[in-house]
Amino acid sequence: MILSGHDLSIGYSDRLVGQHLDVALTTGEALALLGPNGGGKTTLLKTLLGLIAPKAGEVQLGGRTLASYPSRERARLIAYVPQSHIATFAFTVETIVLMGRTAHGGLFSQPTAADRAVSARVLDRFGIGHLRERPYTMISGGERQLVLLARALAQEPQFIVLDEPTASLDFGNQGKVMREIRALAAAGHGVLFTTHDPNHALRAADRVFLLRDGVRIAEGKTEAVLVREQLEALYGAPVETVMDGGGGRKAFLPG
Amino acid sequence: MNRSAAPGMAIAGGVLVAALLLAFAVGQYPVSFGDMLDVLVAKLTGHAPDVPAAVESVIWQVRGPRVVAAVLVGAALAVAGTAFQGLFRNPLVSPDILGASSGAALGAVLGIYFSLGVFAIQGLAFIGGLVAVAAVYMIGSTVRSRDPILVLVLTGVVIGALLGAGVGLVKYLADPYNQLPAMTFWLLGSLSATGVADLVPLFGPVAVGTLVLLALRWRMNVMSLPEEEARALGVPTGPLRIAIVAAATLVTSASVATAGVIGWIGLIVPHIARTLVGPDFARLIPAAALLGGGFLLVIDTLARSVAAIEIPLGILTAVVGTPFFIWLLTGVSKTWS
Repeated sequence: MILSGHDLSIGYSDRLVGQHLDVALTTGEALALLGPNGGGKTTLLKTLLGLIAPKAGEVQLGGRTLASYPSRERARLIAYVPQSHIATFAFTVETIVLMGRTAHGGLFSQPTAADRAVSARVLDRFGIGHLRERPYTMISGGERQLVLLARALAQEPQFIVLDEPTASLDFGNQGKVMREIRALAAAGHGVLFTTHDPNHALRAADRVFLLRDGVRIAEGKTEAVLVREQLEALYGAPVETVMDGGGGRKAFLPG
Repeated sequence: MNRSAAPGMAIAGGVLVAALLLAFAVGQYPVSFGDMLDVLVAKLTGHAPDVPAAVESVIWQVRGPRVVAAVLVGAALAVAGTAFQGLFRNPLVSPDILGASSGAALGAVLGIYFSLGVFAIQGLAFIGGLVAVAAVYMIGSTVRSRDPILVLVLTGVVIGALLGAGVGLVKYLADPYNQLPAMTFWLLGSLSATGVADLVPLFGPVAVGTLVLLALRWRMNVMSLPEEEARALGVPTGPLRIAIVAAATLVTSASVATAGVIGWIGLIVPHIARTLVGPDFARLIPAAALLGGGFLLVIDTLARSVAAIEIPLGILTAVVGTPFFIWLLTGVSKTWS
């Protein structure tokens, strides 16, 4: 299945953020969206999720225009992992994950035993089954990010879209999220994520999409596109490449 | 999760039962628990009760309707407050946030000003509440914004202020000897004139609105997440918001039409309910209804018994509610953060 944007103009009622954007995500691959602050990453993300309508062009999902999907049907195909936040009410972790099952039930339905089984499975899958009864407001930022990932997986979607999944996480939890993104793509999901760190794209993404001032700078295989010159042009700042002597893996240092 | 909610629900139910016993026992003609049981059993079995006719009349004609109305109004305000707090993702919101109370107040004072009958006044109050919220909703929806909730709340505040000015104007023009006291008494809330005939127009809308909210309980959980998250989870937030606002306004308007403006219940009872049974609406709505009913019944019992004259309900709820609200603000409660 393919989620794609064709000649998209994106933005809000009062502001045009980007123009002439073509982007495609296939199930089974991870695509990273890189670019400076205010460059349109989040706007493009939300347009592909169907949360804001494109100002021109069209988002397609499985060959159909995304706007033609009823919200329940869309939610069974695309899941959204927002930046973790503090919730207003102290729902338990299990309730938050069960909310991922909403699109699988009717308008007046409550979660079923089958829904609870799915939520227990995804909680265990991320190693946070022990948090089940804890209030979502009382767990750490890293745990919250994993809970939101678990909720997305509970939707049993084809595509998972993550908005800066590593922001505000410690080094260890960043690694954990990178591994989960690779695992989700390997399991056949199409994964799209934004990040501020090119090294996270190197670690987890098959392809990258570079966005600056609403314009596509480059797109392609991660290893080919992420080179020093490209990143310096993207961020308008000097970048240094470091290479691992033995394995030939590379990483970037800012400044 | 259901296990941990059971004690909280039992407490909420216990509060209502205790309030019922208290309400019948206290008053100018106290009714003992045994007499009440006698009369109830007699009614159910069809026998003549073994108590004086006056006791029977107090239970069925005088105190009974007032007790039922207090429970219904309290439950309605608490349920509406619960719904609005979830919808606006803000635990400091009350049922009149979208102008239901001020619209109903303007309708009622207009009815009194034109010397209409009791039922016409109640009808005007009911319509005033519905029209005010509908106007707020339509004006709020025409403003294009990334935060529709905030626009709605601000529109409610502005329209509420305008309606308040209207109430002030009518009071200014009213006859200060006959009409003004009636308006003031009504605006402060009272159940002193409630009879059997008032119960049907109160019960119908309260039952319908509460059932709609109960049916949407899981969707309401999801809608207390940020707007975009709820939509990404497959919830059509636009139409559902209209349904929830309509249901909550229906129960608020019906209760204001019967009892006048009674503040604080819709603000503080949902908090207590949330501490008892947690934030899941499947349990929160019933718990808030039980507690709200019990709470207003206690307040109304105080209103008719502590002084030689009736004390307006809105004054008593404010006396109880203000310290509670300040306690909430100091952050002692951990149910929200």
